[in-house]
Amino acid sequence: MATVPIDLTVNGRGRSLQVAPHHTLLDVLRDDLALTGAKECCLVGECGACTVIVDGRTVDSCLMLAVEADGALVTTIEGLAAGGRLTPIQEAFLDEGGVQCGFCIPGQVISAHALLEANPHPTRAEIEEGMAGNLCRCGCYQQIIEAILATVEAAHP
Amino acid sequence: MQPFAYARPTTLAEAFSILQAYGRDARLLAGGTDLIIRLRDGTARPTIVVDVKRIPELRPAIRKEAGRLTISATTVMSEIASDERVRRHFVALAEAAAVVGAVQIRNRATLGGNICNASPAADTAPALLVYGADIVAVGSAGTRRIPITDFFVRSGQTTLQEGELVVAIELPLPSGPTGAVHLRRTRRRGHDLASVTLACLVDANGVTRLAFGSVGPRPVLSVDSSGVLADGAADDDAKAALLEEMFASASPSPGSMRASPEYRSAMLRLLGRRAVGTAVGRLAGG
Repeated sequence: MATVPIDLTVNGRGRSLQVAPHHTLLDVLRDDLALTGAKECCLVGECGACTVIVDGRTVDSCLMLAVEADGALVTTIEGLAAGGRLTPIQEAFLDEGGVQCGFCIPGQVISAHALLEANPHPTRAEIEEGMAGNLCRCGCYQQIIEAILATVEAAHP
Repeated sequence: MQPFAYARPTTLAEAFSILQAYGRDARLLAGGTDLIIRLRDGTARPTIVVDVKRIPELRPAIRKEAGRLTISATTVMSEIASDERVRRHFVALAEAAAVVGAVQIRNRATLGGNICNASPAADTAPALLVYGADIVAVGSAGTRRIPITDFFVRSGQTTLQEGELVVAIELPLPSGPTGAVHLRRTRRRGHDLASVTLACLVDANGVTRLAFGSVGPRPVLSVDSSGVLADGAADDDAKAALLEEMFASASPSPGSMRASPEYRSAMLRLLGRRAVGTAVGRLAGG
């Protein structure tokens, strides 16, 4: 099947690619761009391990074709720590012990980042709702919520 | 996923010519949150996937016109849930859109996709039913408006004809004050398909419209014009009998993994009572 040319910006860098129409954005990020932070897991949009930001909104990249991202601005977990410095939300995940096995964490951090961009002062209920699309099988939900609350607190003491 | 070709028409005319050329071998792609799962598991095997998200005729997402609010088929749930006009005039629809999947799904899933997928558990369907929405479908023969009560057939099937495309959903603006709510039951909080999904609308004339899904092959509307349900002073037994009548057509499947028919029937009645109470309260509270 013929490939399709697409242009997109990933973590601030312009990329021109030839993609197969049946490859998802997740496939292309991981296999063509070697950005393996976003994880392949449930493949039905329930777990959130593949979460990335497309044009300012979080999406499950396993449920989006790469061709649909033509012209889009994409941010993956690799795009957060500019110059090797962790963002406050990433630091907070470490400080609060939000990370055990780590598999879900790229998606969790991306969702937390997008949540705070959209709503810098979320309540606990808003955090729970905003993070509902990211499962953690280690069960670190409390620590993850505490990390987000701590980030909010530190930004607005 | 099996390979397929991809088309991204920039006009409706172009989309129709592709649909005409490929017939049943073409599948429309809006948000993809249902279709891509089916492409992956092989239950959908199109030759070509037609992405309708970049057709300017399907914008703006939401517009207020004389006597109605028109929501484009490709409008995503997050846009609907946060839109001031939807929240003001059609709060049950805003509430339903706000609980579809989780954030990542709501940022992709479209209103057109939700109804065309025709899941009995579609959360926006009961709200569209109580508000008397029209589905605007365009085909090579022209445009027709399908009352939503005539739209759903059963899971995955609608009364759309081959080659027809849903371009918008129209909601008539209420002529007077109303109170409305969307409620649902899920197995767990956060992110789940509904075991029961229900909307209620009460108007100043005492008419109560209840619509419910996930308790039968398609979402259903039931109307009480007697004024009894909306009457705060009416007898509780009379209301209960009326609700029984209104829910008589519910037939929850015994084969569902989400909930037993007994549980669904019980929750339908519970949510029905709560929804009427909330809608009446909201009507009184303005």
